[in-house]
Amino acid sequence: MIEFATLLERLAFTPSRNMKLALLKEYFTMAPDPDRGYALAAMAGSLSFAAAKPAMLRALAMERIDPELFAWSYDYVGDLAETVALIWQPESETHKSEAAPGLAEVVHTLDRLPKADVPDVLRRWLDACDASSRYALLKLITGSLRVGASARLAKTALAELASVAPDDIEEVWHGLKAPYGALFAWIEGKGPKPDAKDAPVFRPPMLAQPLENVDLAAFDPAEWRAEWKWDGIRVQLVSAPQGERVYTRTAEDIGKAFPDVLATMQDLGSRVVLDGELLVVRNDVVASFADLQQRLNRKSPTASMLRDLPAGIRLYDILFEDGEDLRPLPFDIRRQRLESWFARLNPPRMVLSDLIAFRNFEDLAKLRDSARSEGIEGLMLKKADSPYLPGRPRGPWWKWKREPLTVDAVVMYAQRGHGKRSSFYSDYTFGLWRTTDGKRELVPIGKAYSGFTDEELKFLDKWIRDHTTKRFGPVREVAHGLVLEIAFDAAQYSKRHKSGVALRFPRVARIRTDKPAEEADTLEAFIHAFL
Amino acid sequence: MDWLELKPEGLFCVPGAFYIDPLQPVAHAVITHGHSDHARPGHQHVTATPETLSIMRLRMGEDRAGESQQALEYGEVISVGAVRLWLAPAGHVLGSAQIVMEYQGQRAVVSGDYKRAPDPTCTPFEVVPCDLFVTEATFGLPVFRLPDPAHEIGKLLHDVRLFPERTHVVGCYALGKCQRLIALLRNAGYHEPLWLHGALLPMCSLYEGFGIQLGELKSATAAKKGEMRGGIVLAPPSAIADRWARRLPDPVVCLASGWMHVRQRAKARGVELPMVISDHADWDALLDTCQATGAKEIWVTHGREEALIHALGKLGIRGCSLRLIGYEEDDEQAEEDAMA
Ligand SMILES: [Zn+2]
Ligand SMILES: [Zn+2]
Repeated sequence: MIEFATLLERLAFTPSRNMKLALLKEYFTMAPDPDRGYALAAMAGSLSFAAAKPAMLRALAMERIDPELFAWSYDYVGDLAETVALIWQPESETHKSEAAPGLAEVVHTLDRLPKADVPDVLRRWLDACDASSRYALLKLITGSLRVGASARLAKTALAELASVAPDDIEEVWHGLKAPYGALFAWIEGKGPKPDAKDAPVFRPPMLAQPLENVDLAAFDPAEWRAEWKWDGIRVQLVSAPQGERVYTRTAEDIGKAFPDVLATMQDLGSRVVLDGELLVVRNDVVASFADLQQRLNRKSPTASMLRDLPAGIRLYDILFEDGEDLRPLPFDIRRQRLESWFARLNPPRMVLSDLIAFRNFEDLAKLRDSARSEGIEGLMLKKADSPYLPGRPRGPWWKWKREPLTVDAVVMYAQRGHGKRSSFYSDYTFGLWRTTDGKRELVPIGKAYSGFTDEELKFLDKWIRDHTTKRFGPVREVAHGLVLEIAFDAAQYSKRHKSGVALRFPRVARIRTDKPAEEADTLEAFIHAFL
Repeated sequence: MDWLELKPEGLFCVPGAFYIDPLQPVAHAVITHGHSDHARPGHQHVTATPETLSIMRLRMGEDRAGESQQALEYGEVISVGAVRLWLAPAGHVLGSAQIVMEYQGQRAVVSGDYKRAPDPTCTPFEVVPCDLFVTEATFGLPVFRLPDPAHEIGKLLHDVRLFPERTHVVGCYALGKCQRLIALLRNAGYHEPLWLHGALLPMCSLYEGFGIQLGELKSATAAKKGEMRGGIVLAPPSAIADRWARRLPDPVVCLASGWMHVRQRAKARGVELPMVISDHADWDALLDTCQATGAKEIWVTHGREEALIHALGKLGIRGCSLRLIGYEEDDEQAEEDAMA
């Protein structure tokens, strides 16, 4: 428990990904089996108990401390588990000499402990632990443990230890169970790669590189296929003997949020792995990303959401069919397999992503720029003979996004960044002019924290510090004197902002020191141009 | 006890006609220690340990540290008016003292700030039996049972080994915390040069002048960026997350303070490696000390007095709050303000 608690504490305060990785690697190397396996389960979010309720913690603490002292302490600390962990005083020396329980011991004991016995066991454990282990224990036992490292990061750490790609871990992951003995054995070279044949495991997807600094003239149009790039979220639908899954491209299982898609997969009963785009589709029309966002924000949707925001899938590719791995086949062949599978089953909620016919890339470019409809981000170019390769290989697939939209906005507020940027004002809230009752004022339309170079960041930081008019904690309000050209992918109406609009993927395209703030764009012109 | 009075200027000893750590300039001030909320400039006559006087001169300049200064070694007894007065070590920072006063067969002790945990850079706290004990209560809540500082130093050194390509910058205030950290690092076997922010160096020289060895110290302000990679840098808390820290290669921000014991406080400061190291008595030390003095009556000057008074009451000891305004709940804050 002590090693795990130390890791938790360190992860909670470390913003840097590389440091988290180093800490995880150290932990996975030093911690024994099966403790480390349960720690991994905790990171994957699959270790959760509800053995004790807050009232039980409070009652236990009250056996050792005066209620008034407890109340003052809780008031100061603000977190019940932390208060109890800090305030707890081991009863006697004999208890202190007892070793703190390991994480696995805690998990195994809780698995079969009758509710009535929990206080006794917990009291003994608390006596044997130090404050930081008590904190971890109490968080675990009340089901409120949060680990400052994602499952993906933990898998990356394991992959680095094993000198394999994170995707190799991903391929076997969803067929494994805590405490992952077989996985650790494989990683340490003491066992075979775990076999996941009947489990609905995730297959790392193939991603495209952005089409930049590439000479299209050298491409032979006959060797390339074009599809629309849809503005939804990329998903993998898996149906295997042991069940169905909906994964995001980062292996997150989002099936619970999309029971409509899962049900469709179950009804089909076809053993496949499909690659596609998840969208909200109403009467065959793709809805805005904002609509999809509403579904994504809900762990499990209400009946009315399922009715008003129905999920649909644009199918891009097929990876497996009845246990056969299609990934080594060329794109054209996989496309035929996808089309014939689709024709055979005619699956509801799904449509095939259209292949766009084109003679040359000039025509295609025109088509790309004319397509401003909801849900289209640009084009995908796929080489006709490309196998399905995990990761983001350069060459076979390209994403050819529309030129970004831009607006000239005025910086209004700035906030410090995180981690390496914590000494810089690197998050900027910007706004546009609006005239109400003859008064011209700025209204914020968004926030940007990327797109600039290190040099530009230094300039912006200094500008913010030199032009601060007010401070609210970490936020500074600045004089209205700096124009930023903001690039964004789409604009939409939004009730969350005072301006009534919101941007998708806003970033700083240019610092317009040449432009006076009064000449920045107006909200009216913005709405006219983009909405 | 009716011969100690609370006046707007601070705590006043009537038969000796002097103030203890007064908040405003007075004719005669007896000073517990050099932190800026306790030692203020502009008094006429100042009585304190030689170390505290020396610290006051360094921080305020000769002319503002008292028109006349009277150095008193620990245990050296003098008479001031009708009062017998001497100083006893408080274990807080170099030169820190408890003020012991005897009058008409009664003894009162004013602790100033103090701690019971070992500190290689100052004389350990001495329990002085008394009738009235005036205590601080900075960490006067039972959640403040602070860990062994050696354990916290171990955390830092482990991190330095794990991330040799990064620079660990530890926030600590200039008087006491800084030198204690250095001494703890040396005791833990760390003998590399330490890099110090310019604001910390003069006080370290002063400590060394009193015979406290700190090993090799270098100026971080004068260093080339690459030189400090993999090293440990000490800087005032206000500098660690600000522009000053940009000169450091890939810094890991650490902060040494008793407040780091509570996660929310550590989070709020944006600290990556909180180190729970305090120069104040923790909860157990407060209760133990109050009991050990045998005092029937305890006055609490500053901090979280309500919990301490409540707990003392359960032990049959009468406590009351002086609610001295002007002392910071947090030396750290006072020291930061003094530097700004
Ligand atoms: Zn102090
Ligand atoms: Zn103080």
